[in-house]
Amino acid sequence: MSTLDTAGGASAATTRSEYASGDLGGKSAGREIKNQIARIVVWGCFLIACVPLVWILGSALVKGGHMLLSPDWWSHSQAGITARRVGGGAVHAIQGSLIQALVTALISVPIGVMTAVYLVEYGRGKLARAVSFMVDILTGVPSIVAALFVYAVWVTTFGFQRVAFAVCLALMLLMVPTIVRSTEEMLKLVPNELREASYALGVPKWKTIFKIVLPTAFSGIVTGILLGLARVMGETAPLLILGPYTKNIATNLFSGNMATLPTMIDRDRTEALQPAIDRVWGAALTLILIILILNLLGRLVAHFSKVRN
Amino acid sequence: MAKRIDVKDLDIYYGKFKAVEGVTMTVEPRSVTAFIGPSGCGKSTVLRTLNRMHEVIPGGHVDGKVLLDDQDLYAPNMDPVAVRRMIGMVFQRPNPFPTMSIRDNVAAGLKLNGMKNKKQLDEVVEKSLKGANLWNEVKDRLDKPGAGLSGGQQQRLCIARAIAVSPQVLLMDEPCSALDPISTLAIEDLIHELKDKYTVVIVTHNMQQAARVADNTAFFNLAATGKPGKLVEMNTTQKMFNNPDEKATEDYISGRFG
Repeated sequence: MSTLDTAGGASAATTRSEYASGDLGGKSAGREIKNQIARIVVWGCFLIACVPLVWILGSALVKGGHMLLSPDWWSHSQAGITARRVGGGAVHAIQGSLIQALVTALISVPIGVMTAVYLVEYGRGKLARAVSFMVDILTGVPSIVAALFVYAVWVTTFGFQRVAFAVCLALMLLMVPTIVRSTEEMLKLVPNELREASYALGVPKWKTIFKIVLPTAFSGIVTGILLGLARVMGETAPLLILGPYTKNIATNLFSGNMATLPTMIDRDRTEALQPAIDRVWGAALTLILIILILNLLGRLVAHFSKVRN
Repeated sequence: MAKRIDVKDLDIYYGKFKAVEGVTMTVEPRSVTAFIGPSGCGKSTVLRTLNRMHEVIPGGHVDGKVLLDDQDLYAPNMDPVAVRRMIGMVFQRPNPFPTMSIRDNVAAGLKLNGMKNKKQLDEVVEKSLKGANLWNEVKDRLDKPGAGLSGGQQQRLCIARAIAVSPQVLLMDEPCSALDPISTLAIEDLIHELKDKYTVVIVTHNMQQAARVADNTAFFNLAATGKPGKLVEMNTTQKMFNNPDEKATEDYISGRFG
């Protein structure tokens, strides 16, 4: 090692003498100071950005953590439990949130993915531009507008009850455009050469899309879906407008009320009693956890996908 | 197995832009034909019209005839998918399917077109990999991803994939331009063997490569940028490189332009 060093040193010395005519003397003090200032600003911004995040997570953990440790939380509903009583669980709300998310995904994923396939693989000309424009508009629709639209159609026009399925429809309006956009990006990343390679083997276009393009983009598409799902699970406006709360476990999408974590938070929030406040924080922490798990799942899928570079 | 290709008065367009004009040529069966010429002269475009890959590009269309043993590839009732099953293609950059193992890459063409018999597929995989001089290097790791091979191996994998569907003709679009000299040699040796069974058409920028592998050579050129490319001369490789009829050919081959 030392012999190598001296050899390197010798050649470095010759290079240095070659550059000696230009002034290389020391670091400039002014640049050093600028560097320090920039470093402090960048770190400062980073810390400021972290404050609310850590604060929220910290409060939820401190105030709601003990709720999640009780086994009842994961096995009981709030049936028959008043605001001033301790006890019961959140299973009705967790289950409701998961059911609605699942149904929303079941409707949104095929529509979203197929729309993206159309836009990337088939769409040319006016229709494609119109579809793309609509998706852009839908992406910008606030969740409460989506909820009111579904209310107007479902309740006012058709005269149906406010039920879980109506919530799913509103959430679908919010989820489809995010899936279209994320899937579109992933499909565009699939190199055109793979499509051409498949065509050159005499494989028809639709088969090329299903067997080559979609599998190649699979992990990216799934990641996009899971992130979209995580976002939709935290949506509250459609739930407040279309999904009345209940303390009981409910599984029927088309009749009766179905609890969800956001509506549970909203209900218990209005009670100024400690057991209810504890439940608010417990439900908040549970929601954060579920969304965190979905995000992690998205990352795992991306990590263990078959396509690696 | 091998078939001959006759091109008659072929004009090739990208939308309204005429990229290539008035190509008439014959590609002999069981031989290697090289397309040479400066960049942008349309040699790859001509190659891609031979298996109707040109029209995959939006706006791409042609005028004129391409006959495969007297069958018009551009007849109205001809299915481009069927044409591509008869005329295989190898691309400039190796492009194995990244989600598939080596075995599945070779079997892709047959599998995607509905062949399910596993024994038969395995036979085809072995035969094709042997045909592409890759079998000995990969036979112990057929289930590993195709993208894990070296560039030269990937290109031979793509050749194996193309010959697995037993085409009549094999088109190669600068198959060695992304490869090192040793891999290039391996591919050129392979082309020599392939011409016993297939009609091979190869586009190349490397004149020595054309001289080494091709029986016949076609020289394409364009008058000026923005003008359509044309077939200047087509002859046996020997004549093209020693005593071409056209001055432009001689200038290009001797390195005076392009």
